[in-house]
Amino acid sequence: MVSHEIFPIVWLTLRVSGTAVILSAAAGIPLGAYLGLSSHVLARVLRWMAHVGMALPPVVVGLALYLLLSRSGPLGGLGWLFSPQAMIAAQTILALPFVVAIAASAVRAVPHGLAEQLRALGASPRQVRRSILFEARQGMALAVAAAFGRSISEVGAVLIVGGNIAGHTRVLTTAIVLETSQGRFAMALALGTALLAIAAAANAVIFVFQSRTGMP
Amino acid sequence: MHLTWRMAIAVGIALSGACHRDVPSDQTLTLATTTSTRDSGLLAALIPRFERATGIKVHVVAVGTGQALAMGRRGDADVLLTHAPDAEKSFVAEGHARQRIPIMFNDFILVGPADDPAEIRSSSDIVAALGAIAERQARFVSRGDQSGTHRKEQALWRAAGIEPHGKWYLQAGQGMAGTLRVASEKQAYTLSDRSTFLAHRRLLGLDIVCEGDERLRNEYAVLVVSPNRHPNVHFEAANEFAQFLRSPEARKVIKEFGKDRYGQALFFLIDP
Repeated sequence: MVSHEIFPIVWLTLRVSGTAVILSAAAGIPLGAYLGLSSHVLARVLRWMAHVGMALPPVVVGLALYLLLSRSGPLGGLGWLFSPQAMIAAQTILALPFVVAIAASAVRAVPHGLAEQLRALGASPRQVRRSILFEARQGMALAVAAAFGRSISEVGAVLIVGGNIAGHTRVLTTAIVLETSQGRFAMALALGTALLAIAAAANAVIFVFQSRTGMP
Repeated sequence: MHLTWRMAIAVGIALSGACHRDVPSDQTLTLATTTSTRDSGLLAALIPRFERATGIKVHVVAVGTGQALAMGRRGDADVLLTHAPDAEKSFVAEGHARQRIPIMFNDFILVGPADDPAEIRSSSDIVAALGAIAERQARFVSRGDQSGTHRKEQALWRAAGIEPHGKWYLQAGQGMAGTLRVASEKQAYTLSDRSTFLAHRRLLGLDIVCEGDERLRNEYAVLVVSPNRHPNVHFEAANEFAQFLRSPEARKVIKEFGKDRYGQALFFLIDP
């Protein structure tokens, strides 16, 4: 592998994991916040399920998606197996429980006194909810960081549903597996460094967001 | 806050739009193949020529022959390049392909550590060599993945009347290059196709200890997945690929492949 082959791999990694983070955050933050605010028994069951989901083994998600997306499977008509779409789906499923669980915890960590005080001051239920969400913003940023970490470092699921096809579904993690098995350790290390650099840059953005919006 | 959300959604749409261009069409082809054709570098020499000549983009999924055949049986691959004649014949008999088209052959070799603990060096009787390994319980690494190489290895153990098991018999569950690395690190014997071994020899502490036995022949064939069983496969493109592999251009590439880098050809043609 030569250096001009690294760039498409980095770009695909960003596309796949970036899309998975956005999708899981867009669905998971509202859902997690709702579940955190609700004391209904169903909400507690779903919160527990989100915690279980954080331990979902990527290879099991990969296997289940493989069978679903296979041309002989129920979703075979999509033609998604061995495509970036399948990889995005896998990483979204893996990241979503982290977002839901952390968002719910963040909302629940807002002191109870706040809601009571606001209500006493005449705030509407809607205004109360918005204030709680605002107070929980640091936790929401953490939820996004966790989703990103889960997505970008994952190898088992994308290897199974993506197939590690050169120039099409090869991302940094699956490329590292391949390069290591071929004994091309220098290239494997270079790809690993690129992966770390992406993680550092993405978390720097999240970190800056957290400090700018931090408590006075 | 609202602006951030709108931006996030816009970026999401842009990213997923960027992915949408990859939706498979008739101009793409999924080739499921054994790891040896990739690990030796042969596919990298052949596929760009095919893509230039036909405009069809080939997606190579390099797995063991067992998995490649399973992908064909589910209709998840359009064309297969594999090396397990018996398994390929059952694939055709089951109606998943119309015919098995032999393309090329080379041979398997038994490789092992330089100090050769089972004392089989330069034998040409593979069955006797495996017998010596089992008797001395010298470490042996199996692919263990139902690949063509693994099937060949199992057939050879059967021929030797041995059912290999025990601490000395390791199953790597990896492709050929990965298994060779495991064998090298563990200083163990393993069965390899010649092409992958030569392509990686520099990085391995392994020597050839047994070669030249007729039973070590390694034949590669192409299978075009039948549209009768799997209506979604890209049959036309797959057929073109099978034809390309038998074209004078591809045959020349196959015949010459490896001569410059390894001083010898890695594959030999089978006449159509």
